This record gives sequence, structure tokens and C-alpha cells, in this order.
Amino acid sequence: MSATAAEPGAPGIYHKAGSLSRERRWALWTAYASLTVAAIIFLAPPFYMLITSFKTSAEVAGMTGNPWLVRDPTLENYWAILANPMFARFMLNSIIITACVVALTMVISILAAFALARMRFFGSQVLATGVFLTYLVPDTLLFIPLYQIVGGLGLLNSIWGLILVYPTLTVPFCTWIMIGYFASIPKELDEAALIDGATWPQMLLKIFIPVALPGIIAATIFAFTVSWAAFVYPTAFVTTPDQMPLTIGVVSQLVRADTFAWGQIMAGALMAALPPVIIYAFLMDYYIAGLTAGATKG
Amino acid sequence: MAEVSLRKIIKAYEGGVQAVKGIDLEIDDHEFVVLVGPSGCGKSTTLRMIAGLEEITGGDIAIGGTIVNDIPPRDRDIAMVFQNYALYPHMSVYENMAFGLTLRKFPKAEIDKRVKNAAEILDITPLLERKPKALSGGQRQRVAMGRAIVRNPKVFLFDEPLSNLDAKLRVQMRTEIKKVHQRVKTTTIYVTHDQVEAMTLADRVVVMNHGIIEQVGPPQELYHSPATKFVAGFIGSPAMNFFPARLEEASGALRLHLPQDIVLEVPEARAARYRSYAGKQVLFGIRPEHLTDDKPTDKTNPAPLTLTPEVIEPMGMETLAHFKIDGAEISARLDPETPARAGEPLRLIAHMDQMHLIDPTTDKVI
Repeated sequence: MSATAAEPGAPGIYHKAGSLSRERRWALWTAYASLTVAAIIFLAPPFYMLITSFKTSAEVAGMTGNPWLVRDPTLENYWAILANPMFARFMLNSIIITACVVALTMVISILAAFALARMRFFGSQVLATGVFLTYLVPDTLLFIPLYQIVGGLGLLNSIWGLILVYPTLTVPFCTWIMIGYFASIPKELDEAALIDGATWPQMLLKIFIPVALPGIIAATIFAFTVSWAAFVYPTAFVTTPDQMPLTIGVVSQLVRADTFAWGQIMAGALMAALPPVIIYAFLMDYYIAGLTAGATKG
Repeated sequence: MAEVSLRKIIKAYEGGVQAVKGIDLEIDDHEFVVLVGPSGCGKSTTLRMIAGLEEITGGDIAIGGTIVNDIPPRDRDIAMVFQNYALYPHMSVYENMAFGLTLRKFPKAEIDKRVKNAAEILDITPLLERKPKALSGGQRQRVAMGRAIVRNPKVFLFDEPLSNLDAKLRVQMRTEIKKVHQRVKTTTIYVTHDQVEAMTLADRVVVMNHGIIEQVGPPQELYHSPATKFVAGFIGSPAMNFFPARLEEASGALRLHLPQDIVLEVPEARAARYRSYAGKQVLFGIRPEHLTDDKPTDKTNPAPLTLTPEVIEPMGMETLAHFKIDGAEISARLDPETPARAGEPLRLIAHMDQMHLIDPTTDKVI
């Protein structure tokens, strides 16, 4: 410590600012209290899943003791689910669907957003709003007409049908994120590129995509999450286990007649939830930067 | 390198608002031309039309004898420096400068040679590996200029390149730009709202106002012989003083009757030019530097007048005195040694050989 540091307790220039620090303390307490409540509400279900996944079927069915505690922890549910070929199938389906949907979404969104944000053309404003409005139509409504379309294409009960319809959930919002991000890039940058000799595609590939990378990562995470967690469409469009993604496979196929293998279902659900958690953990900063870019720079 | 010519250039926006109203301008090869004027005068729009970033509504633009109206910016062989630098943030200084050449598929060795040469001219060789965010404003502006230089284009376009810099750096970069032009001699069109920048940089200054060209000429010509009241007031700092006056003829001599019963004699050499306005209301213009407390000499056709300053501003090398006459703000440049005080009458000399008379009906200098 340097000799000039204020002595603890010595009246500094803020010694009259007691009310200020009291206000700050109150703000902090309120923040902590509300965050704790929110954390409990959001973490209770996954915690319960975790606890249940370590229980034997007998313990789950026993209905005795505190359900939030495990008496005889076991990994048998995990072994069982990992050994189940259906679970591997669901996982593979989810991976294929998500990879294709994310790729498809990003190509469509980036091209659409670039055109809507930068290439001034008749009706571009209306179109941009229209794209966002489609996001407001819930999938619980959309799946009815989509069933006709997917059926007409002969893609019912196929992961390719899901790959075709998932973008209705991802493209509007991703396009919206990308429009915001592209709009925050100064106009002079494209003008400089145009004068430097770039064509529109070159400008997109060499300037916009690298500069908007945080936005692209944010949109990718969003598309990944939505596609990984989609429930309504696969419930409606897929009927056989070999075409099911994790979301419906785990809950529909791990039930033997009227016996629910709760431990396995919970273990499966937890493992299914793992990839998004890992991705968020690594890319959280980009995600936030991407979502707020338009707000701060625009 | 090439000459640029604008013929009857019009820019109209939706709703019929005309930003540029049919201007004509011929710019010679190697020339440094500055477009200057207040905001909204159409100078930037004109530059952007030359660049191809803005479509033209009417007229023709030719670069090097070729009409470029419908040619995209990349094929016009021009380079542009923007006010906010517009450097590509994800590329190093080297990549920023090389970008245009890479797109044009120049051989690597040639790109390297040109970038290093430009970096040397601009004194940014040690910065080549840095990203733009690690550079100061002045360094960024140099890189932006470097990006233009490496292309070796027919024309350089500068859109208020110094506006984002602080005052000291602006003066320094101004000299830098002039040096670069003396070295590479590329035809340059430079837009600014700062008349000092215009005067110091230009071979010829183009003064624009409300979408038209008020006057084109070398800086000294604009300063000494402005064509309109706007040019007279815009060029020079502090601005030219304007007094409402009446021109009277008495026994062959012309006299100006100013407010506060001030009467100034018009020099004989100017009498013939102004005689037709005798008996009429005119606007008398004189620059602050020609309204001084100098000792009178015959050469300057001195006309004495006494005014009471409201504010005195000592600047070191000179002192500015500000007056108010009939609501008009008037300033005079005094010798720094003059013991002038606000509120005390001060005897001044108007150097009438530098006077200007303006016809208030047309705003043209007589």
C-alpha cells in the first residue's frame, strides 16, 4: 500500500456521502434478492432433473423421503440411456437437423439482411418489417398450414421435412439481428469498398461478414438453440422413432407402455440440454455483444 | 491522372428538392481544387456524384475525357478519403492499403512495393501491422490517404478529411496533404466547409452556395476580388464587414455615407466603376485587416473614422476590436501595441483601395 492511501475510517472527501452509499447498498440488496428469486425459479427444474437422474427407479417410485435429495445415487440411468441405440439415433437426428438448419438459416439471413440493410431498393423497408412480423406468428399456429405443405412435398415423417420447416422459426429473428448489425456498420465502409473495386458479393464476403462476426455468432447461437429445442414441429410432423430428434424422442420413446422411466428420461433430457449450455458458456460474450450492437451503435 | 469536367450537373431528390442546380466546372490535370461552402450547399453531393456514389439527375461528368455517368465507382479509377476514415476494422494497416490492389488482382510483389512506398511517403511504415483501432485519429487519416495513394488513380477525392481531427492536428495534416499532392501530383478534388483549409490547399477554390457555384478562382483572387456578397463574406476570417451605405456624388468626387454620420471618400481609381450607382443605396464591404489603426499612407487612400469598440480581443500577434453599427457586427484588426479599450472611442483608418461595393438588389460585387 502506498503511503498516500487514505486511512480506513478517516473522513475522505466523501465522508458526508453516507446516504449515497446507503442507496447503493439498497440497490445491491434488491438486485441480489431479485436475482436469487429468478435463479431459483429457473434452476429448480434442471436441478430436479439432475437429482432424479441419479435415482433408481425404485427410489423414484417410492414416494418416501425428501424428493430433492438422493438416498442411493447411481449412474445406471446414464449407462442405460447411453447404451440405448435409440438415444444415439435421436442425438444424430438432432445434430443433422440442427447443423443443416443453422447453415440454411445463416445463408438466408445474411443475404436477406445485407440486401435489406444496404441495397436500397423499392419496398426494402416494408420487407424488413414484414420479415420481423412473421416471427410474431407462433409455431403452434404455423404448423397447421405447414403440415399441408410438408405433406404435399412428401416430406412428412422425415428429418428433411423438419430441416425445411425449422427456418420459419429461425430466419426472421436471425435476419432481424443481422439487419441491426449490418446497419451499425458505417456506410462509408461500403462506399470505400465500392471505390476500392469491390463488387456487392465481395463487399459482403470480405467486409461485412468479418466485421459483423459477433452478430453472426449471436444469430448462429439463436438458430442453434431454437432448432435444437424445437418441439411443436417434430411432434406434428414426425411419427416414427428413427426420424425423431432428441426433444420428442426422449419423452415419447423412453416410456414402456404406461411405465415412465423417469430416471432415464431425466438423464436423457439433461444430456440433450448439454450442447446448448456448452455453446452458451463459450460464446456468451459474443451473443450479448451481437444482440446489443444495434442498440448501442445505431 | 486526368482532367475532370462537370457539365450542367443536377442532383434532385424525391419531392423535387435540388441539391445541385446545374453546375459547370473544368478541373485540369494535376490541379488541386477545393469545393467549399456552408453545410447543405451541395459540395459533398457534387463530390459523391464524381465518385459515382450518388446518381446524377442531369448533366455529364467526364474523367480523363470519358463520360462516366453510368460507370460504377470501381471502374472510374478514382480514390476517395472519407471524413471518418472508413478503414476496414478487421484488417491491418497493410491489408487496408492493399485491399483495392488485391481486388484488382495485382501481383503480390507490386502490391508490396506500392504499399511500402506509400507508407514511406506518409511516414506510417512502423504502423503497417497494426489494426485501425490501435491508431490515433491522425494516423488513421494517413492510412486512409495511403489507401488512396497506392491505387495510383486518375483522381483523388477528399470528403472533409480533417473534420474529425483536433485543431492542431488539422493544421499539421493540411500541410501533409499539400506535401503529398506536390509529390504525387494526382488531380485532387477536396471538399471542406473550412475556408482556411480551402485557401491554404487549393490551386483553385470553388465556392458553392445553395447548389450553385458562386465563384471559381485561385485563393488570392477570391480574397481580393470576390464576385458576390456571399463569397466576400465567406472567404476570410474574421469575415468581411458590411455596412449599409449611400453613394453620393459631390463636385466630381464620390462619397459613401455610412450610419452614425460617417462619410468616407471613394478613391479616384474606383470612381469610374461606381459612378453609375451615385445616389443609390449600396452595401460597403471592407475586411477587418483593412480597417486598422495604421498610420495613414497615401498609397492606401486612407479614410479616417471613429468608432467605439464593444469588445477587444488581444490575440498576441494582433488585436481584434469588435463594434456594432446599426445592428451590424463590425471587426477591425489592430496593432497589438494599440492601447484600445472597450467603451472608449477609437480612431481607425479604412484602407479604401481595398474597399468593395455590393449592389444590394443582386448581391453582386460592383
